[in-house]
Amino acid sequence: VAPPSGKTEVPQAAPVAVFKLTADFRDDKDPNKVNLGVGAYRTDEGQPWVLPVVRKVEKIIADDHSLNHEYLPILGLPEFRSSSSKIALGEDSPAILENRVGAVQCLGGTGALKIGAEFLHRWHNGQDNTKTPVYVSAPTWENHNAVFANAGFEDVRPYKYWDAEKRGLDLSGFLSDLESAPEHSIFVLHACAHNPTGTDPSQDEWKQVAEVMKRRNLFVFFDSAYQGFASGCLDKDAWAVRYFVSQGFEIFCAQSFSKNFGLYNERVGNLTIVAKDNENLTRVLSQMEKIVRITWSNPPSQGARLVSITLNDPELFAEWKDNVKTMADRVLLMRAQLKAKLQALGTPGTWEHITEQIGMFSFTGLNPQQVQYMVKQKHIYLMASGRINMCGLTTKNIDYVAESIHEAVTTVQ
Amino acid sequence: NVLLRDTMVVGISVKHGCSCPFCCSSWWSEVQMGPPDPILGVTEAFKRDTNPKKINLGVGAYRDDQGKPYVLNCVRKAEAQIATKKLDKEYLTIGGLAEFNKACAQLALGPDNEVLKSGRSITVQTISGTGSLRVGANFLSRFHTVAKDVYLPKPSWGNHTPIFRDAGMQLKAYSYYDPKTCGFDFKGALDDILKIPEKSVIMLHACAHNPTGVDPRPEQWKEISALVKKRNLLVFFDMAYQGFASGDIDRDAWAVRYFIEQGHNVVLSQSFAKNMGLYGERVGGFTVVCKDAEEAKRVESQLKILIRPIYSNPPMNGARIASTILNTPELYKEWLVEVKDMATRIIRMREELVGNLKKEGSTLNWQHVTDQIGMFCFTGLKPDQVERLTKEFSVYMTKDGRISMAGVTSGNVGYLAHGIHTVTK
Repeated sequence: VAPPSGKTEVPQAAPVAVFKLTADFRDDKDPNKVNLGVGAYRTDEGQPWVLPVVRKVEKIIADDHSLNHEYLPILGLPEFRSSSSKIALGEDSPAILENRVGAVQCLGGTGALKIGAEFLHRWHNGQDNTKTPVYVSAPTWENHNAVFANAGFEDVRPYKYWDAEKRGLDLSGFLSDLESAPEHSIFVLHACAHNPTGTDPSQDEWKQVAEVMKRRNLFVFFDSAYQGFASGCLDKDAWAVRYFVSQGFEIFCAQSFSKNFGLYNERVGNLTIVAKDNENLTRVLSQMEKIVRITWSNPPSQGARLVSITLNDPELFAEWKDNVKTMADRVLLMRAQLKAKLQALGTPGTWEHITEQIGMFSFTGLNPQQVQYMVKQKHIYLMASGRINMCGLTTKNIDYVAESIHEAVTTVQ
Repeated sequence: NVLLRDTMVVGISVKHGCSCPFCCSSWWSEVQMGPPDPILGVTEAFKRDTNPKKINLGVGAYRDDQGKPYVLNCVRKAEAQIATKKLDKEYLTIGGLAEFNKACAQLALGPDNEVLKSGRSITVQTISGTGSLRVGANFLSRFHTVAKDVYLPKPSWGNHTPIFRDAGMQLKAYSYYDPKTCGFDFKGALDDILKIPEKSVIMLHACAHNPTGVDPRPEQWKEISALVKKRNLLVFFDMAYQGFASGDIDRDAWAVRYFIEQGHNVVLSQSFAKNMGLYGERVGGFTVVCKDAEEAKRVESQLKILIRPIYSNPPMNGARIASTILNTPELYKEWLVEVKDMATRIIRMREELVGNLKKEGSTLNWQHVTDQIGMFCFTGLKPDQVERLTKEFSVYMTKDGRISMAGVTSGNVGYLAHGIHTVTK
């Protein structure tokens, strides 16, 4: 066998942390093991849950022999794009009525962020945005950095967000970073259920953020991966996005249907674009097409069909909302129970943040050593940051987890 | 209310009748209108045409003899089988469905290939062929730093150029198609390949060259392989039509297998859009043949780092269908028959087109129509002839004279021949 033609030595890359955690969990033989890592919903039996409405719609698709596997348009399934944007912006959104909302069907929330980032790099502020600052929250979903860096942005910076001391939002830090950001900077905002902290600004706090962003001419890029999942109510979870639109902002909103539809592996996402008017929107979409064509050509059809059929049928839509509420309610219950148990145990510290935080994740406040203890001694798998996925908690394991946290906090510094 | 407007801005702010720049200007006023897609534009124009005899030969998708999209029987069976399993929807790993990746590599390389036995290759699931090429281009751009040039055959699939360019590679070309013969410019190709700087990347279409339908013969592939080895070039195979070209999946993969056997550690893009009719499900694979299993592991880790910031992990549905077919003996057998049937229908349409052209009285040499292979045919028609064909006969195709044989049916082949003869006599 001849030597490879001139390939540079390829170094081993470190595995992505969250997937390594799951792999380690899988290999662990301990009967009490608990996976509080990857962000996917679990039932109270600790099992994945395919939404009943999804099973129903799968059958509808399977029984419809008029359907085939032909290519979708480059921008995706039209009924999916429009109904998804309506979910984010509201059925009666003035922006939609004014015909200045468009969308690109993408591969999950990641894909939507990717296409949005690629567009911004080419067109945001002049035609080369290599130096344009992109701000992501401190902390944020770990892939945000990579998505924007790989789209060619050299200056991806943190904006203050999480106050570790008070275990809440560092509003003054956030606002001051907005004030000092160079004009035209891009800000990635979590629409609701902030990942990983579970800490969202209040409505009043969002208003303050918007005021500064308007004044400082900053670009709004929402990441909306948990709509419906946070409070159990779609409209409530979309309040921030809709507020910004009502204030006249042009925005990008990367939507994921991985969690709220439980369609993780079908890669269903939507990049909603709100522009000043239809003419600007049209030009933007034409450039989005060019970007899509050199990335994946056109998006996968199965997931988009599932979501589209559901959203466009009143009965199915109602059933979906109900399924979403089921998931959100279980998470809320686990939050309440975990807090109650920690308080009952007399675990040092305050645990109000467990129920004040919202969505799938909770930033426990455990330090790296305490996390190590949890993983190595107790076989409870959570991220080094102290982030836990509330969905990993069940009525069967919650006592064990609470006791373990208690041990970690009291015995490990 | 008079609005003070930036002259670049079109459109009126309906929310605020004021003159502040925030309200009246758009972030996107400098965004240029993108040009219409050369292929999509064809289909759009076709849709608008009211002529009942209209034919769409732009579409790069198989059609049955009634001109309808075709869902393979083995696909329907696989889907039914999958449905009974009531599988969950949990994320795939970044590299995709393992059973699919294994079967995908086996299909290309042959199940007894030494490369697979030694574990010295890595295959990741990708978003069909485009996604595979993109991941491959990104990988080469990042890790094949000894050379930035990718040599494409002249002509090549239109999307190759922007994909590699956007990934940071430089595009060059080697002679391939001879418009005088409507065939392979073998001498021209060898002459050009001889001049390619060492370690550059050379793109080869494994079979059913797109857009020309012109493939090298085995003896020619052998000479190309020897020359490429001498020049120490990195081979990037694009195989989007395995099974679809000759009807035989082994025959269509012959060049890929030969090159590997000769010691080329190739990179390979595969698509299941056409040969399984899974277009919209986006099923593909990207394979890197490495020097050993240890290198393959390192390469795999880096491919994951490249994929995660694009789409995190790939879609399940299509890969699950493809995997079921490839890994279930009865379905696999059925698939081979269906692929052969599709290829056979195309071959028959080629023969009928030539036969009808002769019947029309054409004295031109149309041999290339039956010599060429795969979905596409480079007719040799000039742009003005193409325009006439579209305007006078409502036959839609790309300006370069390429037609998709998949759009030809026994119902329209006579009309098509008549049109072609009229504009070329």
